[in-house]
Amino acid sequence: MLSQDNTSQGTDRSPAIDLRKINKSFGPVKANKNVDLIVAKGSIHGIIGENGAGKSTLMSILYGFYEADSGEIWVNGKLTSIHSSKDAIATGIGMVHQHFMLIDTFTVLENVMLGAEQSSSLKQSKKSARAELQRLSVEFGLAVDPDAITGDLAVGLQQRVEILKALYRGAEILILDEPTGVLTPQEVQQLFDILSALRERGVSVMLITHKLQEIIAITDEVTVMRGGTMVATRETAKTNKEELAELMVGRKVLLEVDKESANPQQVLLEAVNLTLRDSAGVARLDDVSLQVRAGEIVGIAGVSGNGQTELLDVLSGISAVQQGSVVLNGVTIDKDNVLNAKDFRHLSLGHVAEDRHKQGMVTQFSARECAIMGFQDEPEFNGRLLMDNAAVTEHCTNLMQQFDVRPNNPHLKAANFSGGNQQKLCIAREIERQPKVLLVGQPTRGVDIGAIEFIHQQIVSLRDAGNAVLVVSVELEEVMSLCDRILVMFEGRIVGEMAAVDADAQKLGLLMGNAGGDNSATGVAAQ
Amino acid sequence: MSNKTLPTWIDVGVIPLINVCLAFLVSGFVILLIGESPLEAVQYMITGAFGYAEGIGYTLYYSTNFIFTGLAVAVAFHAGLFNIGGEGQAYIGGLGVGLMCMSLDSFMPWWALIPFAIAAGAAFGAAWAFIPAYLQAYRGSHVVITTIMFNFIASALMVYLLVNVLIEPGTMSPQSRVIADAAILPSMKDVFAVFGVNIANSPLNIALFLALICCVLVWLLLWHTRLGYAIRMIGFNEQAAVYSGINTRRTIVITMCISGALAAMVGINEVMGAQGRVLLDYVAGAGFTGIAVSLMGRNHPVGIIIASLLFGALYQGGAELSFEVPSITRDLVVVIQGLVILFCGALSLMIKPTIEKLFMKFFAAKESANV
Repeated sequence: MLSQDNTSQGTDRSPAIDLRKINKSFGPVKANKNVDLIVAKGSIHGIIGENGAGKSTLMSILYGFYEADSGEIWVNGKLTSIHSSKDAIATGIGMVHQHFMLIDTFTVLENVMLGAEQSSSLKQSKKSARAELQRLSVEFGLAVDPDAITGDLAVGLQQRVEILKALYRGAEILILDEPTGVLTPQEVQQLFDILSALRERGVSVMLITHKLQEIIAITDEVTVMRGGTMVATRETAKTNKEELAELMVGRKVLLEVDKESANPQQVLLEAVNLTLRDSAGVARLDDVSLQVRAGEIVGIAGVSGNGQTELLDVLSGISAVQQGSVVLNGVTIDKDNVLNAKDFRHLSLGHVAEDRHKQGMVTQFSARECAIMGFQDEPEFNGRLLMDNAAVTEHCTNLMQQFDVRPNNPHLKAANFSGGNQQKLCIAREIERQPKVLLVGQPTRGVDIGAIEFIHQQIVSLRDAGNAVLVVSVELEEVMSLCDRILVMFEGRIVGEMAAVDADAQKLGLLMGNAGGDNSATGVAAQ
Repeated sequence: MSNKTLPTWIDVGVIPLINVCLAFLVSGFVILLIGESPLEAVQYMITGAFGYAEGIGYTLYYSTNFIFTGLAVAVAFHAGLFNIGGEGQAYIGGLGVGLMCMSLDSFMPWWALIPFAIAAGAAFGAAWAFIPAYLQAYRGSHVVITTIMFNFIASALMVYLLVNVLIEPGTMSPQSRVIADAAILPSMKDVFAVFGVNIANSPLNIALFLALICCVLVWLLLWHTRLGYAIRMIGFNEQAAVYSGINTRRTIVITMCISGALAAMVGINEVMGAQGRVLLDYVAGAGFTGIAVSLMGRNHPVGIIIASLLFGALYQGGAELSFEVPSITRDLVVVIQGLVILFCGALSLMIKPTIEKLFMKFFAAKESANV
């Protein structure tokens, strides 16, 4: 545990983490090339870089998931070798994963002590864990009810449990991998308060993110990675977003979307009183009505899991309409007129799925097979009996050229493309036919900055050609800069609407957390 | 974590080969344990399977069955369905073949009858697979459980039919009457005799050609048709298939029916070919061996042909071995077969990480040497 080593800190000036010449390759891919990194004790160190820059690999090496091919890891001035996460924990490194490693049905206490029980008697373990948890909660200001069922807690609190888990195991160095992806702006602020408190207690924090504003807001130092190498380390106070973005991408980038003001015309897509219940009877969509007009981009903001996925599924024919109706290009789809995703496409709907690994593509397929998903029955890809594989390949080659997908190889497995190029291929597939209505879920999730710019331009030009676009994104900045009109979803309902020009993060954030009534975003269970 | 990728030739060539060798190594120890010489045993097995014309004939005859059942497992596997019911589907499929042959064998010769026999067998096999498929697609009962159950039902049904309905009047053994000679598939001996080549007699018949045709058809189906595209997409990612507007439920049912129909072709080889009648338990585990064949052949027709040859050789060589060396009983041969299935099927990925590490080391060394 973190026994008061504040005294020793004065004399021992060695950094918390000192990585020297770390190399790691996967086959021909060099994920880390001669990486050096120094994290000062009691500081918050940001690591920023595009997808595939090698951040995750480096952290995985530090946490013992991978072993480096060469290089040295020094922790608190001592040369250490880390072969497993057990070693990492023993050296005082803790990790909070992007996707929480919690057991939903366990209580907070059980989750915290799981795998680190003090005694073979469960009762004894619980007793000592409870005392320790109490101490940590007080010391770091991390209040959580130890007897609450973890799955019932709000996401921000679950993350707190993850942090407590690491501290319980004696972590003095905490790695947080993309910690804010699932949080509301208010929860992000709370997390940052916690991180500041940890820093004051001498804990070193490594924050991995691709969000520039977070780096600026909380870190002391920031390291930029690109293509497996460290390109720069800056004192946060002496840098700015533009410089960091440029370092990440290697060229100047436009952070704002460059577009004319919208000129909305007739309604092309309409949802009328849509209600969708899951198998447990819980309303995932609750009386949702919205309109999207030709020539405008409508954005849906919200913390993920508030019905956006279900809305996209219904609007694209993946889920059948249960109650209410969808009007697409003048055709009404309801309980009595059920259409599937292919029929929706025939009504000139394009749909870029929220999660390309789950829906939008098949990573085990080759790019050419992914390039015809949803259009596999089109006559141009089919002979009388067999598929016209040559036509499919040619189609994919064309898409790749038009949308600058690299490498330009239709036979390469989809999994072997970077996130940005996968997304470009998905968007190319949907936009190429100039659909009257385009649904885009998370247009730039896991996409590097360079490709974001390109994807936004494509969406805007589709709008300018007189088509309707509905964008769902959890990135507030993206919704505000890309869209013309913004709707906010919370627990399956649309709780707010505003023009993008009137929106700011504060206003949207309050609506997203439904600060009017619910306390799930801010509430802390009483101790 | 799947960033590590091995070249295909290691993945589909070297690793299965090492697995087979490991299985034989362990088998060798077992044989040592009972006081026999493993080398001698290997010798008997290889000569038994490939050493003389009759042995080769038997090896290929067994392989024919394994190709059918292997393809059946593979087609279902590509849709993410684990069809354990090949045994039952082949059994019931053979019933269809037998019934068709017995009703038409007085009117037509084999070459006119075979399309009907194939159709009847396929229909019966598909029907036997349809029920678990329907339950899986529309009711959510797991296909592994239901197909296993259907194996037992098929077995019970066939016993009933053979004892009470199909049994040749006046006989004691539970088997149907013999199909007319003219309606039975020509054996390979007859085929070669047409070209003036004399080969040894064996149960090997022209169903082998049907098996090879099925391999080509399955390859075309999976990689060159819309249905195959849909099948593979469902297997990899069902949500993506729904996103693409594919009717996943219907496709699952169709896939299982194709799978059942392929398994049923065992009936062509056995009922219309080697046995010339429907009899008890003629599938003899080929349906289960098909699972190992498909796993080892990486669910690809070419791999399945190779794996079928191996298992065919194991069956035939094993029979020879237990005949030549009395202390190695039939059961011990089953142990050897079991070991091969264990290493190639259940433990097929056991050595992969090691091979990967070795390969990385070698590759990295080469890389740095180049620099």
